[in-house]
Amino acid sequence: MERDRDLSLLAIVGIRARGDALAARIQAAIRANEGVDLPLGAIDITLYRDDLTRIGYAPVVRESEIPFSVDGRVVVLVDDVLFTGRTIRGAMDALVDYGRPRAIRLAVLVDRGHRELPIRADFVGKNVPTAPGDDVRVHLSEVDGRDEVEVVTRVPA
Amino acid sequence: MKWNRRHVLDTDDWSREEIETVLDQTRAMIEILQRPIRRAPPLRGRTVILFFAEASTRTRVSFELAAKALSADVTNITASGSSVEKGESLYDTVRTLQALGGDVVVMRHASSGAPYFVAERTDAAVINAGDGWHAHPTQGLLDAYTLRDAVGDLEGKRVVIVGDVLHSRVARSDINTLLPLGARITLAGPPTLIPLAWRCGQLPPGVTYESDLDRALDGADAVIALRLQRERQESGLLPSLREYSRVWGLTADRVARMRPGAPVMHPGPMNEGIEIDASVAHGARSLIETQVTNGVAVRMALLYLLAAGAGGPGSLEERA
Repeated sequence: MERDRDLSLLAIVGIRARGDALAARIQAAIRANEGVDLPLGAIDITLYRDDLTRIGYAPVVRESEIPFSVDGRVVVLVDDVLFTGRTIRGAMDALVDYGRPRAIRLAVLVDRGHRELPIRADFVGKNVPTAPGDDVRVHLSEVDGRDEVEVVTRVPA
Repeated sequence: MKWNRRHVLDTDDWSREEIETVLDQTRAMIEILQRPIRRAPPLRGRTVILFFAEASTRTRVSFELAAKALSADVTNITASGSSVEKGESLYDTVRTLQALGGDVVVMRHASSGAPYFVAERTDAAVINAGDGWHAHPTQGLLDAYTLRDAVGDLEGKRVVIVGDVLHSRVARSDINTLLPLGARITLAGPPTLIPLAWRCGQLPPGVTYESDLDRALDGADAVIALRLQRERQESGLLPSLREYSRVWGLTADRVARMRPGAPVMHPGPMNEGIEIDASVAHGARSLIETQVTNGVAVRMALLYLLAAGAGGPGSLEERA
């Protein structure tokens, strides 16, 4: 996920709960390769979910941390799995409440298809074909103690 | 953890886990209030009715800001200038609220227990914003949040509550919220302004009464001064305001008896020069303005917990 752009304008923002760990890994990799410390943030999109009035409960809200101004920056959003695109829409809505980025890019570890919104990733770790009912589970050592991507196929009962 | 409360009427039966859930959600809400755009959308399309039948500025404004920060629509009903002044009964007001279709009713009332009456007769979630001498749960929660943020884990910490405990719903809600978090409470105040059973030693576990303020403050981890409720004073409970101020007022010398840096809190509005000196109220240890700021976030957390989700008042669940 390297690119030849002006690094001084870049910032990385991970989407909780696993995109933030991936974002930290990307930041560390860029530090190792380029010697540049990019601003790193984490965003929780719970309050921006479009299904809050449809699901039967109030999901736990985690704290967002954007310790820099997003104004004029190129912000790379990072998430583990890109599926319907609804999480990304929420993340973009949340991000513009912090200011006006010059551009927002999207990097994901897994793109499993089945988009419901006109959203695509700029950087994809791996495209994984799935059925809509499948479950793609990303495990990261920071959160889950191991690095693994599992595709669980739902067997019709 | 699951959140299964439909209303917030009193915290006297809340578990430590429930209190901590609210405090954790409060932390996330504080971050929203620090953004350039202090607004998030989770309560879009929901209506919050603020029904204040007793005077209040900061609590009402705090709830209004909290509801608006979550994008709810807010309607105000006050006692003066409404049908309550024309003699409408609480029951009729409830029926009107029901017909208006609010999702949450935030209410303050001079009669203890009034929010329970409303909660039983409406589909809305009811938040008690202070009822008589009984309870002020959101104040207790915001005080707990502010204290924990300032001094860390409350386990074993000793908090002094000084003043008119008898008439104070804040004192009762502070005790209800701080005890489950592990704090110990020392009450101080004139014996006539302490509930009889408590004054006579029948105190809840973890609470003590101290008849001398200096001794109460020695080595304490924090102090909460209560407002002397002049509007609730029956004649004869106090010899004079001057004496009260001399014996029970928080001065810089008294505050210095606590542990170094131990914070000073007050629910407001203050009678400066009576229960608290101006130098203490605006001094380095004072968290009084922080309390006001945190109050908005605590109320956002409660509104979110009660009103987000399709079932309206629903349950909190971890996201997969």
